[in-house]
Amino acid sequence: MRIHLIKAREGGRAGGYVLRRLGALLVTMLAVSFLAFGAFSAISGSAASLRLGTQGTSEQAAALEAEMGLDRPLLARYGSWLLGFFTGDLGTSLSYRQGVGELLAGKAAVTLALSGLSFALIAALSLPLGLLSARLEGGPLDGLHTAFNQFCMAVPPFFTGILLSYVFGIALKLFTPGAFPGLDHPRQAARHLFFAALSIAIPRTAMTVRMLRGVITSELRRDYVRTALSRGQGRGAVLRRHVLRNALPPVVSFLAQTMAEIVAGGIVVEQVFGIPGLGRMLVASIGNRDYPVVQAIVVMLAFWVALAGTAADLVNARIDPRLRFSQAETGGPAA
Amino acid sequence: MRKKLLALALALVCAALPGCGGGTQAPAPQDPAPASNELRVGIAQDLDDTLDPHKTVAAGTREVLFNVFEGLVKPSPEGELIPAVAESWELSDDHLTYTFHIRQGITFHDGSPVTAGDAAWSLLRLADPQEADVAAVAALSAIASVETPDAATLVLTLSEPSPEFLSYLTAAVLPADYADQDTQPIGTGPFRFVSRTAQESVILERYDGYWGDLPALERVTYRIFENADSILLGIQAGAVDLFAHLTRTQAAQLPEDFLAAEGYMNLVQALYLNNAVEPFNDVRVRQALCYAVDVDALLDLAFDGYGFPIGSSMYPAFGKYYDPSLADLYPHDTEKAKALLAEAGYPDGFSMTITVPSNYQPHVDTAQVLAAQLEEVGVQAEIVPVEWGAWLEDVYQGRNFESTVIGVDAANMTARALLERFVSTAGNNFINYHSAAYDALFAAAQSAYDDAEQTAIYREMERNLAENAANVYLQDMADLVAVRKGLQGLQFYPIYALDLSTLYWAE
Amino acid sequence: MKQGMKYGMKNQFLLAGLFLSGIVFAGIALGAVWTPYPPAAMGAGKFLPPSAAHLFGTDQFGRDIFSRVLRGAGTTLSIALAVTAMGALGGVALGAVTGYFGGWADTALMRLGDALTAFPSLLLALTAVSLLGPGSKSSLILSLGLVFIPGFARVSRTAYAAAREANYVKSARLMGVGRGRILLIHILPNTAPALLPALTIGFNNAVLAEASMSYLGIGVSPPEASLGYLLSEAQGMFSLAPWYALGTGFLMVAMVFGVGLIGEGLGKGGAAEC
Repeated sequence: MRIHLIKAREGGRAGGYVLRRLGALLVTMLAVSFLAFGAFSAISGSAASLRLGTQGTSEQAAALEAEMGLDRPLLARYGSWLLGFFTGDLGTSLSYRQGVGELLAGKAAVTLALSGLSFALIAALSLPLGLLSARLEGGPLDGLHTAFNQFCMAVPPFFTGILLSYVFGIALKLFTPGAFPGLDHPRQAARHLFFAALSIAIPRTAMTVRMLRGVITSELRRDYVRTALSRGQGRGAVLRRHVLRNALPPVVSFLAQTMAEIVAGGIVVEQVFGIPGLGRMLVASIGNRDYPVVQAIVVMLAFWVALAGTAADLVNARIDPRLRFSQAETGGPAA
Repeated sequence: MRKKLLALALALVCAALPGCGGGTQAPAPQDPAPASNELRVGIAQDLDDTLDPHKTVAAGTREVLFNVFEGLVKPSPEGELIPAVAESWELSDDHLTYTFHIRQGITFHDGSPVTAGDAAWSLLRLADPQEADVAAVAALSAIASVETPDAATLVLTLSEPSPEFLSYLTAAVLPADYADQDTQPIGTGPFRFVSRTAQESVILERYDGYWGDLPALERVTYRIFENADSILLGIQAGAVDLFAHLTRTQAAQLPEDFLAAEGYMNLVQALYLNNAVEPFNDVRVRQALCYAVDVDALLDLAFDGYGFPIGSSMYPAFGKYYDPSLADLYPHDTEKAKALLAEAGYPDGFSMTITVPSNYQPHVDTAQVLAAQLEEVGVQAEIVPVEWGAWLEDVYQGRNFESTVIGVDAANMTARALLERFVSTAGNNFINYHSAAYDALFAAAQSAYDDAEQTAIYREMERNLAENAANVYLQDMADLVAVRKGLQGLQFYPIYALDLSTLYWAE
Repeated sequence: MKQGMKYGMKNQFLLAGLFLSGIVFAGIALGAVWTPYPPAAMGAGKFLPPSAAHLFGTDQFGRDIFSRVLRGAGTTLSIALAVTAMGALGGVALGAVTGYFGGWADTALMRLGDALTAFPSLLLALTAVSLLGPGSKSSLILSLGLVFIPGFARVSRTAYAAAREANYVKSARLMGVGRGRILLIHILPNTAPALLPALTIGFNNAVLAEASMSYLGIGVSPPEASLGYLLSEAQGMFSLAPWYALGTGFLMVAMVFGVGLIGEGLGKGGAAEC
């Protein structure tokens, strides 16, 4: 088809696009990590002397700062800290007195599993529902359906989570809220994570359905659809063969932004379900002012979101090479 | 008297409480009935702390480490001191020289033998106020010299006689110069530390080289339910076998296969007031708050009537030191409270903050009830829940607070452990209490070698705290322990501890 | 996707939204001056189920949950309004200047905004709260407000950039009207179609963000309990008093749902546009 022809011709430039996109990703990650590191370093200097408590002398504080490496220039500390993401040496937790990398390794895996599962749920639910929704357009159920969609968007994940954990956890005993079995029990863990992922997925699926419906209905009004329909092709076949393919790129970008929402939802939902991931650690560490842990988690989550965005751009470029030359679209209005 | 109180504290409620909701069904499929040699204990507090017993100040951490560490002596459930690392000891006639004989063949969890040198190193580390991060024990500064004539003998010479000295030797004996005590603690207790996963679990295993009777349990997993909301969910779903420090509300919802064992927490719960800040630097204001607070109503509202009202920094398990009359010093009287406030220059009351550790629901609940009671005399209390780490840093160490609801416990079985912190110069005097009379009494108690005399002075100190309304004293909280049916051997201690070594599963 | 919706239908959404929000906000406004019982008054029976005397039942201290939820919703509402106002004022000012004048500042700020909006707002807000010091209402509002600025800036920048070349603006310039006047008096009212729906979305996001933060224990604290805090408290008593969580949750949903319907009626409800 058309797309394949263009792709064949532009094969050489596709590599360039990938490189440019990866370069941009690298710049973003450097910027984010530097900002996070700088901001938290500015306040954690005082935290070092706070650690000593009321009995500490200024000499002891200075000695402790030297021990923690706080007397070196900011850029040098940033450099060695950044390297830590590869070597695992991200400093020491102020409260646990344990290496941050060691502390977070297991948690990161749990959070990745949760957000991956949420993403899969959203993608799997919103495609068929979006098609259904486009079919309802203008019909008798349209208004009800739109209102239902708004309702789903209005239910915050943590409220859904409370209800789900009661119904499926306490009443039906499908999992134990608050007692995550750990990833080394994959089946039980998956069951636990499923309900958490579901509460993240509901409002986001409603949004995706809504946006998919918009894209599909506007696509359906195009001339080529009318032509195809007038040639006697079935509505369903037209939808599948033509409309969906053209509607896909904006949906993929939208789903990539979804990763940001999933991560945000995960921070809260981990608390609801007692899932020991990065989100729960982040919340506790903020309260404990454990800055080495906070800055590492902030950067890890930001990396993960940026990575998802880049992946979506690359997927889109494969589907529709024209997109390589337009600016990647990001974000919805108002956060 | 003391026996009776202990009997009360040890009383078990053996009637099964009715289950609630869907909580009475079989445990969830992923939680099979525990193996006969394993136990899963639920705890409400993450051990987000160092695991070095000389450094940690969190009662929740100490409660776990109780099973990993021992001192030269250790406390018994009856509050006596019994031999542990030291097999026996002699005290010289002038009460100045202790000679300890280290137990034959005793080893640390890494298999290395415990020597008198290790014990000496541990005590000196605790006595040294310069030691970074170590919560120095002032009582140990009475040690004038330490000698280790051989690997099994430790001779301590004191600068002056101290009748309570022995109880400070419950402090953990650690291997000298072992560097990883913060994260991989090694002690001599019946259980050895295996691992900690932050916000998830702490695992202990029986130490087969233990010198004493081997515990029946081989492996104990502490599961952390940091979010108070999920504690009950975990019990109902069968994820734990034992959970200490439940609230009444939680205990009322226990499933049928659980019993609620009942004792006292052995701590002094109070609205601790920062005596150095306005308006709490005025004794009339502090007394007004004492009159304004209705402890009985508090117990009814937040604790279903359970809890032991106290009037000073001492709780009933301390027997002879405890003065029950102080609990009645400030009967609930809003008129008197208002009059005192007016006298102090606050006829319309004032605003204050109550800082509470947010992970511990009973303190949060207490603060809410107190806020409502204080409002009746015109005092507007804003509750500030903070993370435990922030509480330690700001309130306990930084002393940057107005008031806080917390339970203060005794690290060991001495009146001194509870009362010394209110001496003006004490490093842990977090309420900034300042009373020359109190300081003088404390000094007198330290030089009194006669037990009766010393006891009288300590009781006088309690009265001083109560009359000056150092804090708004509330209660020794009832301790409810959810125990799965079939688990036996639970013992309550007069200190904050949960002893795993005596627990076993009945057939 | 606008043209797909019939006008009549949109009006129905607007009406339904106004009706629902009217009830909810009138109740909350009333709650600020009068509640059936004082929200902190204890002593009625504990854990009473909903009845005529206690619409949402009572909690563990025998406090009337309905009164507490009304007052809590007021706290949530006031924070959400403050956050939305801060985000909108900051965002519109930034968007107006960059959109109208363009130039390198425009490019730089919009790039930064793009980068920021790509990250989870809650993560940014948590970072900001962590830096400002958790536990106080002002740092919560400041953090969330800052996070909401880029979204509004983007919406109004687009509107202003489009208006720059519009005839009414050109003629105003020719007549010698000052820049500030053009931005405020001439263009601002014309950005309403884009800005109003953005405001409804922003408001809803602010409500949910505040509730999330308070649920996590990093927002406002009792006795000034917001809906998020109440929900976290209610979660621990679900089997004893399910009405506590349900009542609190449904009031929050009604608040967000009503405003979402209004947004739908205004043309652009709820979802992110693409």
